[in-house]
Amino acid sequence: MSATQQNATVVQLSALREKTARPKGAAKRPVSNRFIGLIVPTAGIVLWEVLARTGVLAANTLPAPTVVGQTILELGRSGELWRHTSITLWRIVTGFLLGAAAGTLLGGLTGYVALARKLLDPLLQSLRNIPSMAWVPLFLLWLGIQESSKIGLISLGAFFPVYLNLSSGMSHVDPKLIEVGRVYRLSGLQMIWRVILPAALPEYIVGLRSGLGLAWMFVVAAEIMGASRGLGFLMIDGQMTGRASIILASVILFACLGKATDLLLETLGRRLLRYKTQ
Amino acid sequence: MSSVEIARSSLDIQGVTKTFGSNGGGLLALEDINLHITPGEFTCVVGGSGCGKTTLLRIIAGLERGYSGSVILDGKRVIGPGLDRGLVFQEHRLLPWLTVEENVGFGITDLPSAERRARVAQYIDLVGLRGFEHSYPHQLSGGMAQRVAIARALVSHPQLLLLDEPFGALDALTRIRMQQELLRIWQAQQTTMILVTHDIDEAIYLADRIVIMSPRPGTIKRVICVEMPRPRDRTGFQLTELRKSIYREFFTNEDVPEDYEI
Repeated sequence: MSATQQNATVVQLSALREKTARPKGAAKRPVSNRFIGLIVPTAGIVLWEVLARTGVLAANTLPAPTVVGQTILELGRSGELWRHTSITLWRIVTGFLLGAAAGTLLGGLTGYVALARKLLDPLLQSLRNIPSMAWVPLFLLWLGIQESSKIGLISLGAFFPVYLNLSSGMSHVDPKLIEVGRVYRLSGLQMIWRVILPAALPEYIVGLRSGLGLAWMFVVAAEIMGASRGLGFLMIDGQMTGRASIILASVILFACLGKATDLLLETLGRRLLRYKTQ
Repeated sequence: MSSVEIARSSLDIQGVTKTFGSNGGGLLALEDINLHITPGEFTCVVGGSGCGKTTLLRIIAGLERGYSGSVILDGKRVIGPGLDRGLVFQEHRLLPWLTVEENVGFGITDLPSAERRARVAQYIDLVGLRGFEHSYPHQLSGGMAQRVAIARALVSHPQLLLLDEPFGALDALTRIRMQQELLRIWQAQQTTMILVTHDIDEAIYLADRIVIMSPRPGTIKRVICVEMPRPRDRTGFQLTELRKSIYREFFTNEDVPEDYEI
């Protein structure tokens, strides 16, 4: 081994040492950042707890965080928690799947067929402008007070973001990539499957995630307007019986479940779009 | 160097005229283009912007409709695109969601998978990208991405490789290296190549024949045969003389630039 080669090895080794030494320090930074983000909420909760305990905040309007936590535990123990969350989750999943399926179908159609776009898009765009709550009386009239009206409302919420994003994603695929498909003589279906859908996938996933967000918004509305089970009902029940801790418990459960389902879609999306991050 | 057995056949362009835009007020992009290209030949089409050189290439590729005249490859009239003609664009146009390997194999999905894999590996090797099979396009440099595009175009064993200013977006040094690479590939594959460029030096370095086009309307102004052995000395006397004569086709005598050295 010549002297220069040896030198090179030494340099490489020290670089390696630096590399192995660095991750600890590098990993520390994001963690400390996350901690910084936690300071204010934690301080807020502590302050809230102290103010509630000392009686500055009335227990019947804003109970202490520990009381809210206890309420959730109690609900869990009595089986009430599962009774309400299971039906809410079922409504979300069914409504979201129906709405997303319809959005995918119509979004795909209008995104690919120009004539369908011209025919359907103006109508759907104008329907989108109707405030969601304005649908409630109609849905109740058409579908009754049972599950179908709730599911219908939730699917409507999930439908529009999925429809809009897929439709625009598919109609804005880079024509240069379409031309590559033409060079390789792809048939219409092959073109959709191998070029247009993969190209529109990032936008589609954005649509699915915001559709899911709206589905959660609509499930609250649907369960408030008339239900005998579900987290929204639990909330109204808490209001009727003057138990703020129940209302806060439902709010927290909504937040956690919403975040958890979004995380599922986010993970799925990241897996499908891993070519972007790799 | 061993070459792949590919049926090679001549290309005939007969009286091709193409008008863009509406009838009457349309722009005459190409007027009565006639060209015969023999198998294995390396042709460079040179011209300024708007001379119709890219349009001509797209017509040969089968991507343009509505022109008069005919393009005949292997005795058959060209209608629409086909795997018998590989095409490399100015931008690499790789599909961003596919790996290098998947991009190269994009056009040959009909082949049995074992054969397909072997071919893809062979052409990744040919363009010197072994080790990058699983990279995504955004991880590659411009030159590497264009190599993948060349492999994708060649993998279906086309009779004809069409290149539309393939190195126009690359930096000067990478461009020179890619020209050498392309020459090596051409010699190894013996595919007929037509390369469109505005770079006179590129044409002189690569071509058996240089087709000079002039704009408005797009016509062939002159065809020059370059009978010089390869590899050519870019700074040699013969090339310099040839460059001068081509410059004269584009500029009047007074503004022929002084000789320059690279």
